Amino acid sequence: MTGTHLGMPAFPAAAPAFPAAAREAVRDEGLRANLRHATHTIRDKRRRAVAELEDWDRLRAAGRAVKDHTLRHLDRYLLQLEEAVTAAGGTVHWAADADEANRIVTDLVRATGEREVVKVKSMATQEIGLNEALEAAGIAAYETDLAELIVQLGHDRPSHILVPAIHRNRAEIRDIFRAEMGGWGRAAPEPLGDDPRELAEAARLHLREKFLRAKVAVSGANFMVAETGTMVVFESEGNGRMCLTLPETLISVVGIEKVVPTFRDLEIFLQTLPRSSTAERMNPYTTMWTGLGPSRGADGDGPSAFHLVLLDNGRTDTLADEVGRQALRCIRCSACLNVCPVYERAGGHAYGSVYPGPIGAILSPQLRGTGSAIDASLPYASTLCGACYEVCPVAIDIPEVLVHLRERVAQGGPVTRGGVRVTLRPADGHTAERAAMRAARLLLDRPGALRAAERLLARARRLAPRRLPGAGRAWTDSRELPTVPAESFRDWWARERSDPR
Amino acid sequence: MSSKDRILGRIRRALRDDAPAVEIPRDYLHVHGARTPAQRVDLLAAHLAEYRAVVHRTDEEGLPALIARLLAERGARSVLVPPGLPPHWLPAAGPIRVPDRVPDRAASTPYELDRVDSVVTGCALAVAETGTIVLDAGPDQGRRRITLVPDHHICVVRVPDQVVDSIPQALPLLDPTRPLTWISGPSATSDIELDRVEGVHGPRTLEVVLVGTQ
Ligand code: SF4
Repeated sequence: MTGTHLGMPAFPAAAPAFPAAAREAVRDEGLRANLRHATHTIRDKRRRAVAELEDWDRLRAAGRAVKDHTLRHLDRYLLQLEEAVTAAGGTVHWAADADEANRIVTDLVRATGEREVVKVKSMATQEIGLNEALEAAGIAAYETDLAELIVQLGHDRPSHILVPAIHRNRAEIRDIFRAEMGGWGRAAPEPLGDDPRELAEAARLHLREKFLRAKVAVSGANFMVAETGTMVVFESEGNGRMCLTLPETLISVVGIEKVVPTFRDLEIFLQTLPRSSTAERMNPYTTMWTGLGPSRGADGDGPSAFHLVLLDNGRTDTLADEVGRQALRCIRCSACLNVCPVYERAGGHAYGSVYPGPIGAILSPQLRGTGSAIDASLPYASTLCGACYEVCPVAIDIPEVLVHLRERVAQGGPVTRGGVRVTLRPADGHTAERAAMRAARLLLDRPGALRAAERLLARARRLAPRRLPGAGRAWTDSRELPTVPAESFRDWWARERSDPR
Repeated sequence: MSSKDRILGRIRRALRDDAPAVEIPRDYLHVHGARTPAQRVDLLAAHLAEYRAVVHRTDEEGLPALIARLLAERGARSVLVPPGLPPHWLPAAGPIRVPDRVPDRAASTPYELDRVDSVVTGCALAVAETGTIVLDAGPDQGRRRITLVPDHHICVVRVPDQVVDSIPQALPLLDPTRPLTWISGPSATSDIELDRVEGVHGPRTLEVVLVGTQ
């Protein structure tokens, strides 16, 4: 083991505001080509997968309602979950913020006497910077999802929820594997070509030695069932199953909004999540486990210790916002990223948060507050075209929340931070409006700008004045609105690019 | 105050507004389309194959010979066997070399499992609409890890009895207190330029044997 930096670089607290970061990103032609190819491929596949289900709209409405219902009674369902997990032999911990969650996990790992853990890809642990916290405690955290491995070996940051290394092409990945794998364990085979098959094989060999010896694993979860205490992880590669079944100790860090009331409720998300996410009827592997299982871990089937860390970290503050709380319905499918014209041009890093794209633009400023330049600019990182809302399998009205957050940034108002009600002052000197204009100009003054601008203005027109208060109003007031094209935006969208469902 | 009390207190304060209660509409379909049992099995086979599982069909009588052939084609020298696998599924002896049987034991280390070539199991049920096989660690399926570490998994599905149409039909038949593994095609990744590559960490080859009951 070398002294290599093992943590994934965290998003710096002083990340540049979205316009500055996006300016960098749009200059990178390679990045934009990778992103365009990837998002368009998956977008088209998703449309076909969704079209197979004639009741998609009803599944979407049901998924939305299950999540809203759970959020309305979140205290009750979390207590029920705790009871069920405990009864099944697990231990539940509550973490109010990132520091507390990191401390709990670090202590749990230390108690095992181990100095390394294998990790299943998890947004929650990225959000709290767990890898860095473990590293500071002298514990190496190995990402085992192929994309996360590429990102970690590349000393890079994830740029997409589902395919975190979407910004890397095969030649770059080969170079990263050749340069870095040896410093972390089994080196890449020589010679190593850039065929995805060869690269996947190199990852298999590199990670297998870690899986076979791992004593502690850290995961997240896609869903937790209050009624039964069942945890659910969706994945494709089998790295999840490796981490969830081979080690002796399993620690899952999960946002409190991931709970659903009943086992039956999974019938909705088992149908909507894979199709929205990887555009498959079903992802290759889904693992469900309940505490330590019937054997209580005694017969070698799964870990002999299971810890669940329930994470708040800004979620209860988000819940306190009657408009913004719908962001907590998110099941992290990433469909909204793949249809977003802004994401396609700017890439995931520009959002300065582990949650990129449209969902990041509404979730990060709510989880973290709008105090920093990046968080204040995120609600403007959108054309409000509405495509994200159309594809969202839990029907989060992202444009509505964006406009709501813009108003908050520009005009101030009451918010909840750390559980305390406070009143925000308006952003200084119209910072927000300037940020908005810069973000828009930057992304739209590019080839294809006209179409995008038309989209933006058509939407603004259609919604004004009801939904463009605050900064939005100042924006549209100061501009001549071109004539809205004869064809309505919605029709155009349905015909041109989007998914009518 | 404990963090638990702090978080629950924040939730209760956050929910003080009088937003209406939420009804959960359950008017989504229980099944997509009407199928005869034979059509259901055909759909399962088609969907499994689409996600690169290799599908075979036989009857009870032909099963041992088929499994023997699949193991031989693979060059398997050792095969993992769950304790409750019907003994007649595996050939006792025959014209082709019979692989060594490795029992599924609690004491086996991951390293030992890694040296095994193939595993043969049954399943709890299969879902036609999604091309999914569900294992619940029953006696004919064994521990979760035995279908994970070896590179070749032969899974036997009794058709049409073990096949349901849809996810909503599958869940009520499963016991959530048992560990459940849902498998749809072999291990795969699309992380490199979204090119799908089969087999990263789980078995690279999944062969599904549909055994007809007459
Ligand atoms: S906001 Fe909706 S579309 Fe976007 S990741 Fe979340 S669930 Fe998926």
